[in-house]
Amino acid sequence: MQLYLPIAEVSVNAFLLLGLGGLVGIMSGLFGVGGGFLITPLLFFIGVPPTVAVATGANQVVASSVSGVLAHLRRKTVDIRMGTVLLAGGIAGSALGIWAFNTLSRLGQIDLVVQLAYVLFLGTVGLLMLQESLRAMNRARRGAPATARRQHMWVHRMPLKVKFRTSGLYISVIPPFLVGLGVGVLAAIMGVGGGFIMVPAMIYLLGMPTKVVVGTSLFQIIFVAGFTTFMHALTNQSVDLMLAVLLIAGGVIGAQIGTRIGGRLKAEQLRILLAVLVLAVCARVAFDLLVEPDDLYSLSIAGRP
Amino acid sequence: MIRWLALFALIGGPAMAEEVVAGLSRDQVAITANFDGSDILIYGAVKRETAIPTGSALEVIVTVEGPLKPIVVRRKSREAGLWINTDSVTVDSAPSFYEVATTGPLYDVLSYTEDLRHRISLTRMIRSVGAPSEIADAETFKEALMRIRGLRGDYRLTEGAVELAEETLFRADIDLPANLTEGRYTARIFILRDRKVVDVGTQIIRVRKVGLERALWGLATKEPALYGLLSLIIAVAAGWAASAAFRFIRN
Repeated sequence: MQLYLPIAEVSVNAFLLLGLGGLVGIMSGLFGVGGGFLITPLLFFIGVPPTVAVATGANQVVASSVSGVLAHLRRKTVDIRMGTVLLAGGIAGSALGIWAFNTLSRLGQIDLVVQLAYVLFLGTVGLLMLQESLRAMNRARRGAPATARRQHMWVHRMPLKVKFRTSGLYISVIPPFLVGLGVGVLAAIMGVGGGFIMVPAMIYLLGMPTKVVVGTSLFQIIFVAGFTTFMHALTNQSVDLMLAVLLIAGGVIGAQIGTRIGGRLKAEQLRILLAVLVLAVCARVAFDLLVEPDDLYSLSIAGRP
Repeated sequence: MIRWLALFALIGGPAMAEEVVAGLSRDQVAITANFDGSDILIYGAVKRETAIPTGSALEVIVTVEGPLKPIVVRRKSREAGLWINTDSVTVDSAPSFYEVATTGPLYDVLSYTEDLRHRISLTRMIRSVGAPSEIADAETFKEALMRIRGLRGDYRLTEGAVELAEETLFRADIDLPANLTEGRYTARIFILRDRKVVDVGTQIIRVRKVGLERALWGLATKEPALYGLLSLIIAVAAGWAASAAFRFIRN
């Protein structure tokens, strides 16, 4: 069934979009990431203009994160206080990112920045996670106890210390604020909630316990992606509700299925799968940058990025 | 006074040998949610007071053009090992859709000077004057635009697609694609002899979004804040509903 999207002004297959949303929803439920980093390039691929794909992708991330965070709230694995600090940074970063996105759109270099950001972050995060999870799996196979990661890092020497009870941390609010800021900028530019960067940053940079990380990450992603969606709707009018509803319908169902699958996998197996997935997306984007394109020319309507 | 003279000249002056009378099967196209392209039949007849002239064959060209918009064409080149957009040319006015349907090979029925005068072929239709001076090969950008949109089926040349009977009745079936943009589409009908245009007729086709498409698009552009909030409410409600539904199934 073909459906005409009013904002994107393209006609697409409705079942393809439902399936796409579902697939990304499963990923997000499984790995505790919003899934925007998958949906945005997939939408480019089926012919949705980049600005619409970014804004509408953010809208879908809101839905799948709400779906996921509700499950975590019942299990009491959401650090609301930490989430709020990350969020404050995230909002500031998102506003900064929207401004950067609009400026770059006018310059016509938005593709390059988005693609370089993808390659850089996906590559780094993917490699680090793969290395860490392989090591963790080897350790588990040898039966060695997991090493405690509770060292005194640079994080612990900063002022403005606050107790984060759910995470069992007593650290400065500056590092979580900065982590939130960085992820917020990426969220606005790349149309992703930033979960796949947020999750490792919370584990490795802030030293939070893994079981609290996913829920807290999803908690703040809701607001960052929500703010991003709203700002894109306001400044670019690029949220396509018809497209969003289909992605969301598939996404929220997929998220629930993904959570079930995730419950049956070991944590290291899950992290290896995520790392491989992230590296695959990274390789795909890098390929576009490094290999001569089939067509050197591209079109866009003047005045609309 | 001059206007009266002009009118008089039209009515009472030396009658044109042949005139085109054309109609459309529909002059409105509504883009609904399940819009999947649309067929338009352009038909008509050649009106004449005298007998059919002999010596040269009558030919017909039908063009349909979508709304004109400036288009930015970007070209990638290799910079520091990366393929990135470096040059760009703004093509001042290019139709979102353009089809030229003819009774025969285009330049067998149309001369180059007449093409220049009436802007019939795609390359004459697209206007590109404001290329930046540092780009020497601006014409290749226009060619790229024609090629890309041609591959997507937005620009078409269908030679021999116009059916002509007894040098009098003609018809052309135009297939509007599913990826249609809103606006006024102009159909031009040319009748030609000796590769020269004898007469031109013009018809307007209005393409607009209707129903849900119109409501959503209108809300997004006129009330962006409300639209943004609506998007968020839908997302949150859907996330909550899915979570509640799955909990219900589990219990």
